[in-house]
Amino acid sequence: MSEPAAPLLEVRDLQVRIPLSRGTVRAVDGASFTVGVGGAMGLVGESGCGKSMTLRAVMGLLPRPAEITGGQVLFAGEDLATARASRIRELRGRGIAMIFQEPMTALNPVMKVGAQIAEGPYAHLGYGRRKARERAIELMQLVGIPDPVRRSQSYPHELSGGMRQRVMIAIALSCEPQLILCDEPTTALDVTIQDQILKLLLRLREELGMSIVFVTHDLAVIAQTCQTLAVMYAGEVVEAGTVHEVFHQPRHPYTLGLLRSVPDPVDVRDVLDSIPGSPPDLVAPPPGCRFAPRCPFAEDDCLEGRKPLLPLEGDRASACIHPDRAAESVREQPVITGV
Amino acid sequence: MAVRGLEMHFVVADTLARKLRRQPPDVVQAVAGVDLEVARGEVLGLVGESGCGKSTLGRCIVGLYRPTAGEVLWEGQPLRADRDRAQRRRMQMVFQDPYSSLNPRMTVRQTLSEVLRVHRMVPRERVDERCRELMDLVGLGARSLDAHPRQFSGGQRQRVSVARALALEPELLVADEPVSALDVSVQATVLNLLDDLRTQLGLTMLFIAHNMAVVRHVCDRVSVMYLGRIVETAPTAELFANPRHPYTQGLLKAVPRLVPGRASQAPAMVGDPPSPIDPPKGCRFHPRCPLAQQVCREDDPALAAGPSGGAHVAACHFAWTAPPSPHQPEVVETG
Repeated sequence: MSEPAAPLLEVRDLQVRIPLSRGTVRAVDGASFTVGVGGAMGLVGESGCGKSMTLRAVMGLLPRPAEITGGQVLFAGEDLATARASRIRELRGRGIAMIFQEPMTALNPVMKVGAQIAEGPYAHLGYGRRKARERAIELMQLVGIPDPVRRSQSYPHELSGGMRQRVMIAIALSCEPQLILCDEPTTALDVTIQDQILKLLLRLREELGMSIVFVTHDLAVIAQTCQTLAVMYAGEVVEAGTVHEVFHQPRHPYTLGLLRSVPDPVDVRDVLDSIPGSPPDLVAPPPGCRFAPRCPFAEDDCLEGRKPLLPLEGDRASACIHPDRAAESVREQPVITGV
Repeated sequence: MAVRGLEMHFVVADTLARKLRRQPPDVVQAVAGVDLEVARGEVLGLVGESGCGKSTLGRCIVGLYRPTAGEVLWEGQPLRADRDRAQRRRMQMVFQDPYSSLNPRMTVRQTLSEVLRVHRMVPRERVDERCRELMDLVGLGARSLDAHPRQFSGGQRQRVSVARALALEPELLVADEPVSALDVSVQATVLNLLDDLRTQLGLTMLFIAHNMAVVRHVCDRVSVMYLGRIVETAPTAELFANPRHPYTQGLLKAVPRLVPGRASQAPAMVGDPPSPIDPPKGCRFHPRCPLAQQVCREDDPALAAGPSGGAHVAACHFAWTAPPSPHQPEVVETG
């Protein structure tokens, strides 16, 4: 593969800590990944693995008392982890925009949706009120809201879940960002609506040339939308690579476990594998590999020392020190059979 | 267990102002005439989008709601609206959200022994023993008996819910989205547990879900619901291989597959489900249907079996004449 252009977003060894009375939670503990210009990256993991915190750290929207305690968030070469609040405010909307999971709580319930979409162009792009309003209607058309002129006068509660998520997308697009962060954008929606929203996001990415980061726990959503992915477990990235490689040949037992536990509508397995146990408490994570206590392949050397991401062939990386075990398991029993 | 002509209406808007104007109240027909049969030992899946009435139907069956019309039959005998304890015991329910369906202030022992005592399932001195047995059955171990729900993870709580339902030795278990609030790795353990219990205890189950992949994994037969009606019922393998109703086809096409690749650009189904307060005339699916003709706008199709007859029924004018459209999510392999 040729040397790619400088990545749009590069997160290096990000640390997010949350001081609580019972101790400090290491919500994100050394996460690294990159997103290329025009790329679509997925960030997957179970609840509590730090994926949403990572996204919020990039956007400068960490809830108090969480804070970035180390690492870099390089957006087009500029470190946002140490940037001033005013600089991040400038970038929000125009540089990076975010789509939240629950559109009902993320939208302002007492403001008409047209006005909410117009707010961005008015505040960030210096549009006049009338021009901002026209732009809002244009955007509503772009995201496939029927009858945008009338709909722009609706309040969020008058719209269906799918329409609200379209409004969220219109708001995110309103300042023509280079990067859109999606935090579980379709988890609250029905499959048919999820399918509509995902296809809309893919079309917009192609038409407008943006980059997208998808945070989700749904591996199938990643399979259908992303080119690359990073798998997070207990605050760390444990495996990264292209979706194609990682799904067909996972090199970390956690990724393998996740893939084996998902039922597929076409390929029916007799028994779904599950991952025994539960993720560790991030106040005092276990030494060594954090997945070792739940790992079927764990050995003594897994229990000592931090396990950083190790580069493998191609553009892949895995934090497992025995990546061949997962590979062997897949050779014996492929994860994905029958396309 | 069977259901005949079940209807459940909810009055949503009935204000004094409307009464003064003599306007009839707005009524949601959550379940609008459903016939259903579950054979002993069978797992019937009930799928559909949110708001299609699948949970309401489940609640009517266990007796949590009194249906507006129609009846629930048990072994051919209709059940009265006010069921006695023995009748209620036969059907139990597992709810979607294990965080809100357990009393946070009661230990697991209290939760289970309350049920056992109220229904006099075992003599008083055996209650403790039975609690331990139940915990073993759902794979939790008797040590957890004195814990409160907050001390458990989501998957473990769902196991407690299952134990509570099984305490009454029900013949029918209604599971309302039992895994949709759980992480994937935990989902699998609960699904496998339900599967084991079914073989072990010979349970009959009504499995309500919106995740087609999960349904495919656990059910023998599947009914698809749309706006309060059942639009298609078939044995699971048959439904997935040969769906005849355009709604089922769209639903299957919308499920993202695990195979990496680009799906087709066009969404599997357009539009949102219409309001159940004012359902469309004719076939309820016609505004979103790619095959809709004039007859669909006027005439409401009934469930009908195909030319070969049998277990596969669909409520579409063209179910058995139009060729089925490609329903599997199209995946074009990349790289």
